[in-house]
Parts: sequence; structure tokens; C-alpha cells
Amino acid sequence: MATQTKPVLHGYFRSSCSWRVRIAFALKGIEYDQVPVNLIKDGGQQLTDKFKTLNPMQQVPAVEIDGITISQSLAVIQYIEETRPGPRLLPTDPKKRAQVRMICDLIASGIQPLQNLYVIQKIGAEKVQWAQHFIERGFQALEPILKETAGKYCVGDEISMADICLVPQVYNAERFKVDVGKYPTIKRLNQTLIEIEAFKVSHPSCQPDTPADLRA
Amino acid sequence: GPVLHGYFRSSCSWRVRIAFALKGIEYDQVPVNLIKDGGQQLTDKFKTLNPMQQVPAVEIDGITISQSLAVIQYIEETRPGPRLLPTDPKKRAQVRMICDLIASGIQPLQNLYVIQKIGAEKVQWAQHFIERGFQALEPILKETAGKYCVGDEISMADICLVPQVYNAERFKVDVGKYPTIKRLNQTLIEIEAFKVSHPSCQPDTPADLRA
Repeated sequence: MATQTKPVLHGYFRSSCSWRVRIAFALKGIEYDQVPVNLIKDGGQQLTDKFKTLNPMQQVPAVEIDGITISQSLAVIQYIEETRPGPRLLPTDPKKRAQVRMICDLIASGIQPLQNLYVIQKIGAEKVQWAQHFIERGFQALEPILKETAGKYCVGDEISMADICLVPQVYNAERFKVDVGKYPTIKRLNQTLIEIEAFKVSHPSCQPDTPADLRA
Repeated sequence: GPVLHGYFRSSCSWRVRIAFALKGIEYDQVPVNLIKDGGQQLTDKFKTLNPMQQVPAVEIDGITISQSLAVIQYIEETRPGPRLLPTDPKKRAQVRMICDLIASGIQPLQNLYVIQKIGAEKVQWAQHFIERGFQALEPILKETAGKYCVGDEISMADICLVPQVYNAERFKVDVGKYPTIKRLNQTLIEIEAFKVSHPSCQPDTPADLRA
């Protein structure tokens, strides 16, 4: 496939959804540019009219790639999977693919949207308990599922989109002071995955827009 | 054959019912009443099917899958029949983007569990998140839609849209403010697969809500 301009990721260092995309790019060995969108500064740069043209939902990530703009991290990642060579991000077996997607969606629909910045700003004073509640609820479900599906990684012994979703969600859990030790399979998988290069180079602590006080 | 554990009025369960109908797949339904008995999804028995204690959960080919979009993509990948995703990767990305906007960006913020937690302000909360999502979806669909959400073939995007419009109407959102959404929904609800799977005519539809 002819390489034209590099993909451009509009994201935020600490956005777990942006991190998913960064991991996928890293796993596939794809070079890309980053345009930081600071979700806090200036009242939230995702709320500008300019960003709205990229993603009317006014959320990160939004990715410009191959002449189109895609929002929704899992749509971006599956597009990358379907158009770029390199290590598979989904297994070949349909039942395992279903398990990967189930885990991804448990996180991407069942946990993260309930604890993202927009929602917790709306919740107000009770935000930490709210976020903890939904993360714990999700992890209480994810733990027995992963006990069934996991080998070395979330589903069997190959890295997949499930792992891509898990690590940033554990990071979020830790930010909200959830004790991940209560979920031994989640903990074990996360510890394995965070040592992998693609997960390290994409980590929030070392992005172009990581503030100095949070840099690794 | 497959067994769908769902609820007549669950938009996520409806998505799966539409997919089965589009593919011409016969299946059994085991109703899970989300209100009765404190919510049948909260039983230990159902928890073994889906630890997240949500509908739908589908038993198929010897496994149990939860998360409606995972179920639907499994059906797509294992059953013949009309495609639920286009062949072109860019169009597939657009379909998934629309599905995820609904399935991650709208529905989880207005499902039963969350609005029960919100309490007294629940209607305004649900309206807020539906309106926010539709305000984003409208310009996206204006770009991507032909006869259907993405081009001129029915896809998972249409499967997600119709149940979400139903939810919007339940919460008294004026869908007329979103002309592309309205137009697409009006086209889709006339299609057989969307009609037979409608909440008004399921095995567990209460008498007072039957069509």
C-alpha cells in the first residue's frame, strides 16, 4: 500500500481511548503524528468549533488516515487492522474474535463512558465514588470472564484488541484509587502487558503533550 | 439453535433481534425481565451467563456471548446471508464509528442501571445524553448516508440506530430536530426485519404495550 501522509492522531496524553489507538499503531509499527487536544486547558480544546469539524461528538481520539477522519477508538483500530499488515490485533477464530470484542465492549461501553471526563464533570461532587463504582462493577464482571478466556494475554496467548483496551482501563482504575489487586487475573494480565514495548512507548507518561510533572 | 436472553424493550437486545432477522436465523428467546422481582438480570443464575448482569446474552454454537455488537459481528462472520458490514474498509470504519457512537456514547448513559442511579433527575439526564449524541450523529450521517446510514446497503449502523431512536422517543426527545436520523429511521422501521423484532411484538411484551 502506497504511503502518503502519515496518520494524524488528535488525542490527549491521558485519554484512555487515545492510548488504545497509540498502542495499536505501536503494535503495527505504524508511524503517525500527534496533534494534542488538551481536555482541560482553555475550557477544553475538544469543544472548539475547529475540533468539532473533526469529530462532532467532541471527544478524543479522532484520527485522520488515508484521506478520511475516523472517531471512536475501536473503529479506528479495526480499520488499522483491516488495512495494515503486521501482528494481528484480532484472532482468526470467530469464537475467539467474539470473546475479544466482548471484552473490548465491556470496557468501551460498560466502563469507560461512565467514568470519562465529561460524565464525571456532570456528576460533580460525588465524581470519585461514581467512577469507582462503575470501574468496580465492570472489573467484577471482567475478572471471571478473563479467568475463562485468558492464557498469556486476555484471550489465549496472542495479544489482541482486548489487551489494548484493558491496560488503559487499569490505568484509569488506578487514577481513581480502585484496588486492582482484588482482580487477580486483571492484575496479572496488566503486569505482563505493561512491560511490552508497544504499551510502554504509548504510555501517558511519555507523550508529546505529557506535562513535565507527569513525565516518566 | 441460538438462544437470546433479552428483554422486549432493551435496545441492545433489539439490535440482536434485528441481526437475526436480517440473516434469516431462527432463534429462541428466554425473557429476562429487568424490572420484575427486583430485576431478573440480577439473579445468580443469569450472572453465570453474563457476569455484567446485562442483556442481551446469547448462547450460540456452544458458547455464550454478551455485548450486542460482539454477538452481531459473530453472526456476521459465521452465517451467510445479507452482509451486515460493507466490504470497503473505509465504509466499515464509518459503520463501526456510528455503531460505537450509539453503543458507547449514548446508550450506556441512559440505560436502566444508570438512570436508576441518577434518581430524580433521570429524564433530563437521559435526554441530555441522547440529544448530545444525536447532535453529533446528525452531521455524521448527513455525510455517510445514502438510502441507509452508510451508503445504500443496510448495515450494523442501521441496526444500532433504530433502537436508539425508539429510546429517544421514550424519553420525549424531539427526533424531528435531526432530519437525517428521522428520515433514516422512517425508512428502516418499514423493513420486515425491523418490524418483526420490534419491542411491541416480542414473547415478553406486556399486553398493554402490544401492537
